[in-house]
Amino acid sequence: MLFKNYDPLKKKQLSILDWKGNIVTPELDPKLSKEELLKMYKTMALGRVADIKALQYQRQGRMLTYPPNRGQEAAQVGAMAALEKQDWLVPAFRELNAMLYKGVKLEQIYLYWFGNEWGNHFDEDVRVLPVNVIIGSQVNHAAGIAYASKILKKNEVAVATIGDGGTSHGEFYEGLNFAAAFDAPLVVVIQNNQWAISTPRSKATKAETLAQKAVAFGIPGIQVDGNDILAMYVATKEAAEHARSGKGPVLIEAVTYRLGAHTTSDDPTIYRKDEEVKEWELKDPMIRFKKYLIDKGFWSEEEDVKLDEENNHYVGETFKKVEATGLAVLEDIFKYTYKEMTPQLLEQLAEYKKYLEEGGK
Amino acid sequence: MAVITLLEAINQALDQKMAEDPRIVVYGEDTGFEGGVFRVTAGLQKKYGVDRVFDTPIAEAAITGSAIGMAINGLIPIAEIQFDGFVFPGYTEIVTHMARYRNRSRGRHGLPIVVRFPVGGGIRALEHHSESIETLLGHIPGLKVVIPSTPYDAKGLLVSAIEDPDPVIFMEPKRIYRSGKQEVPEELYRIPIGKAKVVKEGTDITIVAWGAFVREVEKAIKLIENENISVELIDLRTINPIDEDTIINSVKKTGRFLVVQEAVKTYGPGAELISLVNEKAFLYLEAAPARVTGFDITVPLAKGEHYHFISPERIAAEIKKVVKF
Repeated sequence: MLFKNYDPLKKKQLSILDWKGNIVTPELDPKLSKEELLKMYKTMALGRVADIKALQYQRQGRMLTYPPNRGQEAAQVGAMAALEKQDWLVPAFRELNAMLYKGVKLEQIYLYWFGNEWGNHFDEDVRVLPVNVIIGSQVNHAAGIAYASKILKKNEVAVATIGDGGTSHGEFYEGLNFAAAFDAPLVVVIQNNQWAISTPRSKATKAETLAQKAVAFGIPGIQVDGNDILAMYVATKEAAEHARSGKGPVLIEAVTYRLGAHTTSDDPTIYRKDEEVKEWELKDPMIRFKKYLIDKGFWSEEEDVKLDEENNHYVGETFKKVEATGLAVLEDIFKYTYKEMTPQLLEQLAEYKKYLEEGGK
Repeated sequence: MAVITLLEAINQALDQKMAEDPRIVVYGEDTGFEGGVFRVTAGLQKKYGVDRVFDTPIAEAAITGSAIGMAINGLIPIAEIQFDGFVFPGYTEIVTHMARYRNRSRGRHGLPIVVRFPVGGGIRALEHHSESIETLLGHIPGLKVVIPSTPYDAKGLLVSAIEDPDPVIFMEPKRIYRSGKQEVPEELYRIPIGKAKVVKEGTDITIVAWGAFVREVEKAIKLIENENISVELIDLRTINPIDEDTIINSVKKTGRFLVVQEAVKTYGPGAELISLVNEKAFLYLEAAPARVTGFDITVPLAKGEHYHFISPERIAAEIKKVVKF
């Protein structure tokens, strides 16, 4: 029903909690428990602090290139909160909050952006794939996960996240078409943050919405206020149920905004106006969600200040630990190329070790 | 023991492994219902159903990319690319993800995947249907690259490829799919990846070839059988990792080295093999190592293909040149 009512071709956008923190479609309020809502909020709050501090560490020369998430917390956490434990997150690279919600430890995320592949080695029970840098390609991986889930009757949904820029990529189309052809349980969540580095969404496609691209695949598509955590939750819940029931993929466009730079190497003041950023700052997903929680009596400003202090402390300690232990071990850069090192790798490693042992640099 | 073709040997390996391991899926463009354009997978869909043997949309990146997700989520995908020249739209996934996933995840996600496709020229086909792209795959860390030259090897190598915990590129020399039959055991057996085979022992010159060209070298040896040249012929069988020991031990014995490759010359596998010989058997060499290769050109269409294709006569001439160096 939701997908029929919010037809992207009719320029409909799902919104439940507006930017002022008012419920505009009470009939759609998922009425989540205090516990669920606070888990979502606390993840976003931790993600926000971790994101801001990552930028500081990078500026201090202590962290490598890092892609800021600020402003996209609801689009990520709202989607993840609607999933089951066994469902998969197949991320792009700007997915700090989604990964945290799905069980990846902050220490691992920081370790990766610190420059160590061990940050991509998640625990066995965490259904999250490593950071994916090649734009768009993760949709095909998710399609494969979904296909396996279908034929092995695993009851798992694969959720790929992708940026608005990624929807220009061939693999976005190939992956969705592939999954749709087999009714595989795939949900693709586009984080339309308006900018593909310096290229605005309007210059990347003639389509009025990204959600309407679903029509060509023969699947439902829905455009959602991506800064509205409740709307993201409701849309993803419906999409995951649709996929899980064997009806095939769903495409969700989360309309959000990257308040920060593309990465720490990027200067967005070159290509976009301050007024635009300020306008989106008013629509910050954290502000409205906090108001909603306080209105409901689930949260208070005092608790918020306390949480912020705790998060700052935790993030600081986590980064210190990563800094102290995150250097790569020589053997590690060789030994995961194959399950067993080839004679060539063994020889190259042995020669290099000998060179180092004899005082080489 | 049944006498079968290379194509039938591949089909048999797929069939027997599928019967044994329900995690295996076989798929690609026209791979399911029709059994592939060469009929390599004929009969498998009927036997194992449309979930395990299926036709895909014409989307090579989806074929190779989805294999990654399937392998992560409990399947052993055997993906077919219809022709060598069609690998490239799927190459992005092979190179940027498939080859790296184990390393990227520090061992969390190894990918047991086989990507198979027909390679090489000699069937008078259209453009993009006759490519020899060993280097483009053999150059990539994280991939194993295999190419059989006989029905017996095809079955044994494919079984090893399917059982390998890492992605294996399995190239099938299409020109010899049906030409030449051999006794192939009914039961499953394995030929280890990374091991070359000494096809013929000799003392004067070591020749390395693979795929369809092992036979061409054998023909060349026949042409000069009265010239008192003792050739040691090695079938490389695995492009990467290279079996260095077999090659180096042979060159130490013969002192002469020739590579025969269908692929274009520059940066081809021959360049790597000759470097290897120079690095590890330099002082044993009695002649400059040599190579007979395809020219550095786009594979010509049917009416010009014979110029590009290396004849047994050209190989024989090169053998004599190296021996008389």
